[in-house]
Amino acid sequence: MDAMQAIRETFFQECEEQLGELETGLLSMQEGAADSETVNAVFRAVHSIKGGAGAFKLDKLVKFAHVFETTLDKIRNGAMEPSPPVMKSMLRAADVLADLVTISRDGGAFDDARSNELIGELNAHCEDKAPAAAAPAPEPKTEEEAEENPFAALGWEPVTISLEPDINEYVINFKPKPELYAKGNEATRLMRELSRLGSLTVQCEIADVPLLANLEPEQSYLAWHATLRTEQDIDSVRAIFEFVDDDCQLDVEKVEPDISAPPLEPVAEVEEAQEAQEAAPVETAVLAVEEQRAVAEAAPLAAASKAEAKPDAAASAAQNTIRVDLDRVDRLINLVGELVINQAMLTQRVLEAGAVKNANIATGLDDLEHLTREIQESVMAIRAQPVRPLFQRMSRTVREIADATGKNVRLKTEGEGAEVDRTVIERLADPLTHMIRNAVDHGLERPDARIAAGKAPQGEVKLSAAHKSGRVVIEISDDGRGIDRARVKATAINKGLIPADAVLSDSEIDNLLFLPGFSTAEKITNISGRGVGMDVVKRSIQALGGRISITSRPGLGSTFSMSLPLTLAVLDGMVVRVADQTLVVPLNSILETMKPKTSEVYGLGPDSQVIGIRGGFTPLIDVGYQLGFRYERCDPMQGVALLIETEGGYRSALMVDAIQDQRQVVIKSLESNYGHVDGIAAATILGDGRIALILDTDAIVNASSGRNSPSDMLLAG
Amino acid sequence: MSMKILTVDDSRTMRDMLRMALSGAGFDVVQAVDGMDGLDVLEREAPDLVITDINMPKMDGFGFIEGARKKDKFRVTPILVLTTESDPEKKMRAKTAGATGWIIKPFDPVKLVDVIRRVAA
Amino acid sequence: MVEIVSKSSAGGREYITFRIGDQYFCIDIMSVREIRGWTPATTLPHAPGYVRGVINLRGIVLPIIDLADRLGFSATEPTARHVIIVAQTGKQVVGLLVDAVSDIIAMAADKVQPTPDVGSDAARAFVLGVMAIEDRMISLIALESVMPALVGEAA
Repeated sequence: MDAMQAIRETFFQECEEQLGELETGLLSMQEGAADSETVNAVFRAVHSIKGGAGAFKLDKLVKFAHVFETTLDKIRNGAMEPSPPVMKSMLRAADVLADLVTISRDGGAFDDARSNELIGELNAHCEDKAPAAAAPAPEPKTEEEAEENPFAALGWEPVTISLEPDINEYVINFKPKPELYAKGNEATRLMRELSRLGSLTVQCEIADVPLLANLEPEQSYLAWHATLRTEQDIDSVRAIFEFVDDDCQLDVEKVEPDISAPPLEPVAEVEEAQEAQEAAPVETAVLAVEEQRAVAEAAPLAAASKAEAKPDAAASAAQNTIRVDLDRVDRLINLVGELVINQAMLTQRVLEAGAVKNANIATGLDDLEHLTREIQESVMAIRAQPVRPLFQRMSRTVREIADATGKNVRLKTEGEGAEVDRTVIERLADPLTHMIRNAVDHGLERPDARIAAGKAPQGEVKLSAAHKSGRVVIEISDDGRGIDRARVKATAINKGLIPADAVLSDSEIDNLLFLPGFSTAEKITNISGRGVGMDVVKRSIQALGGRISITSRPGLGSTFSMSLPLTLAVLDGMVVRVADQTLVVPLNSILETMKPKTSEVYGLGPDSQVIGIRGGFTPLIDVGYQLGFRYERCDPMQGVALLIETEGGYRSALMVDAIQDQRQVVIKSLESNYGHVDGIAAATILGDGRIALILDTDAIVNASSGRNSPSDMLLAG
Repeated sequence: MSMKILTVDDSRTMRDMLRMALSGAGFDVVQAVDGMDGLDVLEREAPDLVITDINMPKMDGFGFIEGARKKDKFRVTPILVLTTESDPEKKMRAKTAGATGWIIKPFDPVKLVDVIRRVAA
Repeated sequence: MVEIVSKSSAGGREYITFRIGDQYFCIDIMSVREIRGWTPATTLPHAPGYVRGVINLRGIVLPIIDLADRLGFSATEPTARHVIIVAQTGKQVVGLLVDAVSDIIAMAADKVQPTPDVGSDAARAFVLGVMAIEDRMISLIALESVMPALVGEAA
């Protein structure tokens, strides 16, 4: 891709980061927890976006960012108080800015009305808080235009008619003050630039140059008198001195060809000097100038800096991160996966060859295994990212929904530093959004209802993340009205999802929400939409290898709780043998394992068996038969039962021949070269190099059960 | 030997664009990410000219210029500031701090080189 | 395990020939990634009979197709002497189980004759054409038709 395109992508990436900083900073300001550095950072974020946007000519973005930036400038200067209404506007402005960035990047229609509305809001705040500044923040161009075209106000521009080639003659008198040099400007350079405009004759006046003994290096004694013949206009000539006009005495005058200009004093002086010595004074002058510089430079320097010693530190002082192509990381993760498999294979072969009797080899293999595990964990950690950006997005979602539903809501977050694999984070965004919408739209009461219930009018939604026993647990809780269990149960019965006389615990009723086709809203609001129910959310979480459940306390609120694997690439599994096949059962679906006793197994109907566990009866599934590895059912007493709980909360016992061991396996897709197999989630490569299939426990249980509701079909498919 | 230019800006986008414009014009480019980093790189690389942003974390452009001017070696090194508009106050402040000149962003690569030539050999 | 580096010759194409039973077949060499010996495959539940299972090809899950079975012959009893041709069409890579691999031949496009009009369904479905080489008839296999449809995709 070409360089400009690459920089454009960098710009939009940077915008994302800046928008994140902006959001965090503004929230902090809103809480009153911000210091001046935070306010500066917020200002810089918008300033940065504006700067880059200008370079890419994203005009609408520039325009909005400019007003936003000006308002923020006022706040950081103390000219405006960050009061609650102001902060509210700031946050909404941040949302509009984010949208403008997205549309500028991806294309789409700008919502001009909304932008203008917010611009008006921001300007109004500016006017309120700074009565002295009567006009709203000026647009970037206006000042410059005023400078360059003083006639614009008059409504007409003078027109020059030239009758002959425009050679203008200017007389320039230029005497630098010491400050000019102190800022690194150089008279000779300026003269050189002048000479680029046309033909220049320069004379240097040295009349003020004292004797060497009295020469002060920091002082400026020279002046220049120049005559320039050029086609350029006077502004171009003046422009050369743009940077130094405060630091010198400057006269630029156009010489009118038919008027003899009265000689200016400096000219007279120069002529006198010229008469004295032609070349020499100039040379001396030049020498004097150089001496000034040389003296300045030769002034004793500080001792050699310590900065030599730390090139790396300097480079990384600002940021302890590097940017890496995602493809490279993925490739690395794949290779490390292969490494793990290879290491397991090597160990296996050595074992088989009997060489493990050699203690050195045994230790070596052990060390290799530890090292490989460590490498794998470290590499997995590369793709791990904090959930913070995800939570920040939710913060905006809460604002929008609160606005749209007339609820007063505050989002509290906890544990945003918890790290999760990047792919998991990406796929969490939608489910989280749905759950938050649900919480705000259905869970939380309107402010008046809350007051009537003795609660604070502002509802709270809490979003938290934490690592627990090798998984990440994410919770969304609200302090709303909780689940109306009577209504939920009634709806489920009405929709035929449960039998009319079903006896369910409170928790079971709560989890009915996850059944498809379930929606208790009497009117489908715009927000929660039609058909986007909790069942879709649940399936998304399950597809990530996670679990989700809901708990609720009437009148006090509800909590969604999700448990997710840290990464999608590996799995903790139990390796089992079924009908001469080696299979892997995901550990997180296994509740317990047991060896069935004759007295515990009962037949139910011609084909089915159940196993008695602690007073209850659980279906027994012959995995080998189910998968078609065997044509006859096996004897349960000969095998091992794995007690499984599916995400639907159904329990079953899977019969396998034997358990081999428990280990972490690398997940390999079956889909790319073959496709989907019922009952099989994926594949993995064992230590002997052979492929073992990973069971989809939910699918197996559902396929063998009598339930044929649509959700089960979908899950099994 | 081509001129060495130090660019100091916290925005990656801006750094990339400056690098592209300047190396394209044959200059040798070194970069820093904020004022403090800028002073470090200044010492280490001794550039012939510096282009710096104003708004940066840790130490802003004004701080950087003042710091640079305090070092004898860099007292008269040309330093140009990047500014988004011709705000006379900001220009004044930059000049008081010791800036040699300014560049308005978004910058035109051709104009950038012109300004550079105006202030450096 | 043999790796094939394919070259293209002007005017014609190159094919790799192999034997199933006493018949000879070939496929376009551009589709062939490598040749390897037979290793036992892991059974896939509910798979069609001609899919023998999957093997590990350097970390990739490779389905093995018993070409004899697919073409309508009786299923193969694979031994260490059998050969797997790793072939690719589009993004799908599979292994074809055959008895033995012969040589690589080059054939001009006009030398490929249309499939003779026989009654066999398999012949019509899987054979693109036939060629005469020395005293043999070699049937050109249509790789795309042999591949198992990616299960679950069409749904």
